[in-house]
Amino acid sequence: QVIPGHEARSVEALCWAAGDRLFGAGLGGDITEYDLARLCAARSVEGCGGPIWSMAANGGGTQLAIGCEDGSVKLFQVVPGGIQFERNLDRRKGRILCLSWHPSGTHIAAGSIDVLRVFDVCSGQTAQRIMVNYHVHKVKRECIVWSIAFLSDGTVVTSDSFGRVQFWDWERGTLLESHTVSTSAVLSLAVSEKEDSIVVGTSSGATYQFQLLPVKMGSLEKRWVRTKPFQHHTHDVRAVAHSSTALISGGLDAQLVIRPLMEKVQRKGYDAVLRKFTFPHRRLVSCARKARLLLFQFSQHLELWRLGSTEQTGKDGEVLPLCRMPEHLLQLKSKGPEHIYCSCVSPCGSWVSYSTASRFHLYQVRYEGDGISIRKVPKVPKMLLPAYQLQFAADSSSLFVASAQGSVHVLQLLELGGCKHLHTFRSPSGSPEAVYLLASSADGHWLAAVGGDWAIHVYDLKCLKHHCTVPTYSCAVTALAIHPVTNNLVIAYSDQQLFEFSIPEKQYTAWSRTVQNCGLHKAWLERDSPITHITFNPKNPSHILLHDIYMFCVLDKSLPLPDNSALLMNQSTLKQLPETARQRQLHAFKICKKFQPLLFADLLDENCLVMVERPIMDIKTQLPLPVQQKKFGT
Amino acid sequence: TVAAGVTVARCSPGGGAAGSRLPSPPRYLLCASGDFVKMYSVGTEETLRVMGGHGDLVTGIQLNPHNHMQLYSSSLDGTIKLWDFMDGIPIKTFAVGAKLLALYALASSEDSVFVVIPKSGERDTFQLVSVKLTKAAGQDLEAKELSVVLDGVDVSPKHTAFGREGEYVASVKEVNLQVYFFKQKQLNRFSVSAIKTKSGNNHFTCIACHPTEDCIATGHADGKIRLWRNFYHKKEYTFSTLHWHHDTVKDLAFSVEGDSLLSGGVESVLVLWHNESDCQKDFLPRLGSAIEYISMSSDGTLCCTLHTDNRITIINSNLRFSKSIQGLIKSTDIKTGLVVDPRTKALVLNGEPGHLQFYCLQSDQQLFSLDIVQRQYIHQAGLNQSDLVKVAFSSQGKWLATVEEREEVTDPELQLKLWFYDEETQSFKLNTRINTPHEDHITDLCFRDVDETEDDSLILVTAGRDCVFKVWVMVEDTDPEAQQSVSWSCDFVGSYHNYQATNCCFSEDGSLLAVSFEETVTVWDSITWELKCTFCHPPGKIRNICFGRLTCSKYLIGATDYGFLCCWNLLSCALEWSAHLNILVLQPDPLSEHIAAVSWLSKESSLFVFKPNEPRPIYIQRNLCKEKIQLAAFVPRDEPETIASEKYLWLRRSQLFFLTDTQELMTLSTKSLEERLTPSSKQLAVEESLPVTPFSLLLGKHRRQQSQEDIDLGKLALHNKHERDSPAVKELLHTPAHVLPSASFLCPIFINSLLISKENESAEEVADEVEMESEKTEGDSDEERDVTEMEQEDTSPVELLGEMTCKLSKSQEKELRKIRKMDYSWISAF
Repeated sequence: QVIPGHEARSVEALCWAAGDRLFGAGLGGDITEYDLARLCAARSVEGCGGPIWSMAANGGGTQLAIGCEDGSVKLFQVVPGGIQFERNLDRRKGRILCLSWHPSGTHIAAGSIDVLRVFDVCSGQTAQRIMVNYHVHKVKRECIVWSIAFLSDGTVVTSDSFGRVQFWDWERGTLLESHTVSTSAVLSLAVSEKEDSIVVGTSSGATYQFQLLPVKMGSLEKRWVRTKPFQHHTHDVRAVAHSSTALISGGLDAQLVIRPLMEKVQRKGYDAVLRKFTFPHRRLVSCARKARLLLFQFSQHLELWRLGSTEQTGKDGEVLPLCRMPEHLLQLKSKGPEHIYCSCVSPCGSWVSYSTASRFHLYQVRYEGDGISIRKVPKVPKMLLPAYQLQFAADSSSLFVASAQGSVHVLQLLELGGCKHLHTFRSPSGSPEAVYLLASSADGHWLAAVGGDWAIHVYDLKCLKHHCTVPTYSCAVTALAIHPVTNNLVIAYSDQQLFEFSIPEKQYTAWSRTVQNCGLHKAWLERDSPITHITFNPKNPSHILLHDIYMFCVLDKSLPLPDNSALLMNQSTLKQLPETARQRQLHAFKICKKFQPLLFADLLDENCLVMVERPIMDIKTQLPLPVQQKKFGT
Repeated sequence: TVAAGVTVARCSPGGGAAGSRLPSPPRYLLCASGDFVKMYSVGTEETLRVMGGHGDLVTGIQLNPHNHMQLYSSSLDGTIKLWDFMDGIPIKTFAVGAKLLALYALASSEDSVFVVIPKSGERDTFQLVSVKLTKAAGQDLEAKELSVVLDGVDVSPKHTAFGREGEYVASVKEVNLQVYFFKQKQLNRFSVSAIKTKSGNNHFTCIACHPTEDCIATGHADGKIRLWRNFYHKKEYTFSTLHWHHDTVKDLAFSVEGDSLLSGGVESVLVLWHNESDCQKDFLPRLGSAIEYISMSSDGTLCCTLHTDNRITIINSNLRFSKSIQGLIKSTDIKTGLVVDPRTKALVLNGEPGHLQFYCLQSDQQLFSLDIVQRQYIHQAGLNQSDLVKVAFSSQGKWLATVEEREEVTDPELQLKLWFYDEETQSFKLNTRINTPHEDHITDLCFRDVDETEDDSLILVTAGRDCVFKVWVMVEDTDPEAQQSVSWSCDFVGSYHNYQATNCCFSEDGSLLAVSFEETVTVWDSITWELKCTFCHPPGKIRNICFGRLTCSKYLIGATDYGFLCCWNLLSCALEWSAHLNILVLQPDPLSEHIAAVSWLSKESSLFVFKPNEPRPIYIQRNLCKEKIQLAAFVPRDEPETIASEKYLWLRRSQLFFLTDTQELMTLSTKSLEERLTPSSKQLAVEESLPVTPFSLLLGKHRRQQSQEDIDLGKLALHNKHERDSPAVKELLHTPAHVLPSASFLCPIFINSLLISKENESAEEVADEVEMESEKTEGDSDEERDVTEMEQEDTSPVELLGEMTCKLSKSQEKELRKIRKMDYSWISAF
């Protein structure tokens, strides 16, 4: 799930407080509480200290401390329904870049430029001031304390722009240990719950683990030792977190990496595998099948492209010459600072719709020869905003808008360029969570909607009433689609399970039951990216087309399922096998890994498939340059 | 004295496989070298002592942790010896029975040491066992009480290390690390996942344990160093990685306090890691060649590195190069052969890549290294670089000819260089460089010089695979701008039926040149360059040829690769005799008629020495060694040795050295080891053994002060000087306690030595005598008489003293006692 961003509000700090309440603070100077059910900013409070660089909640989650540009540390009380300013702590010059509470809540350590300070929360006075630069001689550069952690034994851990991780005794103000980790800055730091392990992230993209280890066997003397280095990022590692079994890091290269700690993981399995997430697990591309158009959603604009075509045919592996080049038809800039949350293009290509956190837009696109004209549909009915997912009906006659509190609005689209609100389906269970996935059937009879509570409701569009609910499964739904012929609902879950649910019969199909009985292939279940889109081949009803970021798979229901001994091979390697061996390898999953990373795949017509690939290098070139490092042998 | 037989002694100098140890205070460096343990002085780099007694390769040496003047050594012959290295005497020998491959001694284990032995019944499996060293009396003891500590360890001593206070032992093999805790009796195994990359795998190559903390450092073949901690948990162990080396980490050593770690590898750079941090490191680069072993002195002030080229570098604790001890450089391939420099009598052969080393056999030191190729050598596998392949000296050592080539498949790059010995700079100076002297590889070259005084007679002949031999002569340089008056140019090109020329050699008087062309030996007149006659012994190709010398100069000897040794008479042009022998090396003695031939038959090398005029060899040594002998050289002795036995008469004027294919230098010797040691080195050891401690410095200062004061009190000053100089006192103080005679003998000697002899003032003498009398009254008159007796006959008492460290017979002891009793201070007075 994604909370859409806002141009003017960059998030510098996030913290959980008072149970499950998420607060964010940023350079906009506001503290924002997020509504996790509605996936939007719920309310925000002005910090009154300029841009906020850091925020931390105390151990009990009852108080928030923010560090501001002007050097002030402010305390806020977390109260039901918001936060309340409590007091200012001793203010000195210099922005407060990081904050950390002592677990007991009596003191706060704050890192600034060249200095770290410890505040007494009760008195609000500075209890200790330590110059971090003191030990480096003849250095003109300022030393920025990027991150700080306050341990329960009174040790303050800082990471600074000189690439050092330092351990201080705050009461005496003395340096206990100093580890130079990197030649570039150490930007982030996180401590495990047991305070025996620390993970730090550097601007060279490397993360390091520190462990508190006994110096000798059985002795009580312990020392922090830098143990494992990990290089999973190419750019700054801006944020790290330490769970009980894994190190989680995120950086400027737009990747989230979960590195499990092998010694903490009991068994081999899902937890023991390194996970790397680059793209959001959402559909960012929509396709108008009939009009052969693709709509790409960016954070602030939409792009509409017409696909090229060819008249030639060729063998496997050949690149055919295009007789018509792909054409960039339209770039639609979103108004205002808010980011686009979802978008869709109708199958006929004449309707484009998108939604931000506060607005919903519907456009009608007309094609006049080579020209194109776009018109905003006026008088869009007022609805509960924002929209979380948009879906046009197969005949482009209506638009389904997924909305908060489990409701789905149905808008009827008029030829002349108008629309009217037809109906609103309400979740029968009365869930407060928003609907985030929609699927409509090709015959326009059924609509399936998935809410944040992972319940799948199927609505009858003819009767405009709730039809049935798919038995709830314990995982999030990542993709679903309704088969155009059989009206079976195919559901992919985040644990890689696949289900097929017959809507007319209101039960799982026989195939789905066999899948559950046999179990899916181990290699399939251990994949780490979820299925993001499902589509069907209308010509061969037993084919289901699925894809995630790394592979495209044709699932043939008529073929036997592979057992764990069979290899779940890529088609290109399979092709190299002799015919007899290939016959033996024949099973339901036909996997193609040629296109990576794969953002979208859809079947345009019977023999035409569109794939959208977004090379990671494309993204990397848009990023700021990473820290230059000499690599041996280059 | 005459030795009972000839012993084959390995004399591969420098460091052997077992590494080196620096005792504390680091005044001596002990090093296992072949069958011996060598002791070097850290201050002067000289070899002080060679301790021999092991029957096979010494595999490990360890200082006795309970007595820093003692050393344990282990050998492949299955014994552990305990040495008193200050005196070079074995104290005890423990027979273990199995091949000992590595040795470890711990301070915490009172009476046992650890050795690596092969597991009985299994090939290539080794185990670490602890050996209980019995405390029984006697020199030769059995140590059969073995208990296995670890199974499946690696042979290399670098693959096992003992941790802090002997709490645990860690051993690595391939990708596995095992740690055994003695107290808990717990064995933990860890492994790194095997990764094979282009640059190599990540197998463990060495291990070191932190001296005070639970931390193990391991080196890997891919150049990484891992620091393991928390290894008493099977699961929650952790390690960090240090990576600087681009190739295998050869050895690791922690500093004494454990705050820094030293590592070395093929880069020949010593890396000092501070605080186990990746970012803080210091380097000592350009150490010459790959580092094999690193050893720290026990007080941490010095460390030494052992290099692949048989060199020990001593390095200060602040990572400054201090000294180096260079033995015979082990080159990867000795292409030049063993050549003797006529000027210095040094052995000349390939040294560092592209260099020629001059190795002095007497002092076991490299005299100097001559850069022939004069190009930067790049340490990288698979790179073809120029290397020195042939070397020849003129008879007086005035000219040196070298051939270098670069291995190219199609077109070898050849260079012939001629060097002139410059008396002023005392080194060789390049005179002429000839590019591509032959179209193909040069197989042999030799000088003809009958009379060195005339340069006209000097001729160089090169034989090449391009089927010709070329004669090079000196010509006057016509170029007025040239700095030198002469240069070399080609004079004559000879060939024979388009066969490849393989060997060439001149007869002793220089009138005839023999060149072998595959199966045929051709003999040419060296003045007219006419082909005189040819010899052949089909079907074999000629492998070696040489002319006989002195009385046998009418014979030409040749060995074929078909297994025949032939002797042709040059006068009759007929085969004199032949023998069926697979001769690898044929080496004439330059000072006698003797020719040494080494044969290789059924996996052993045998030596035959013969005179060409008689087909019967005068000396045969079968089974000289198991290795293939590749090269041999006669090195002339400085003065002829007195050898009584008829059999060894051929060794009188020269000594024969061999080089095996494992690069071990061996010699034939008629003497036992102790005799070969020069007495000077022993003397040095005594001087050296006075430790420089703050106390001694203080005392020295005090003494100096005192002596200044004593100028006024003349007699006391005399007394002081006398005490210091007396050899008897010195002898008494520096002879180990267990070889000294009983105290009742010593006391009068000692006191007597304190006496001022009769030549000095009588007043003092009286005073001293009174003192002496009070201590010991008996036998005073006897000694007095003895002294007078001896004074007449003894001329060189110091020389006699030199011998006394050996075991003494009763009569000798008595004699010695007499000598001791007398006072030599009068000698020093002159």
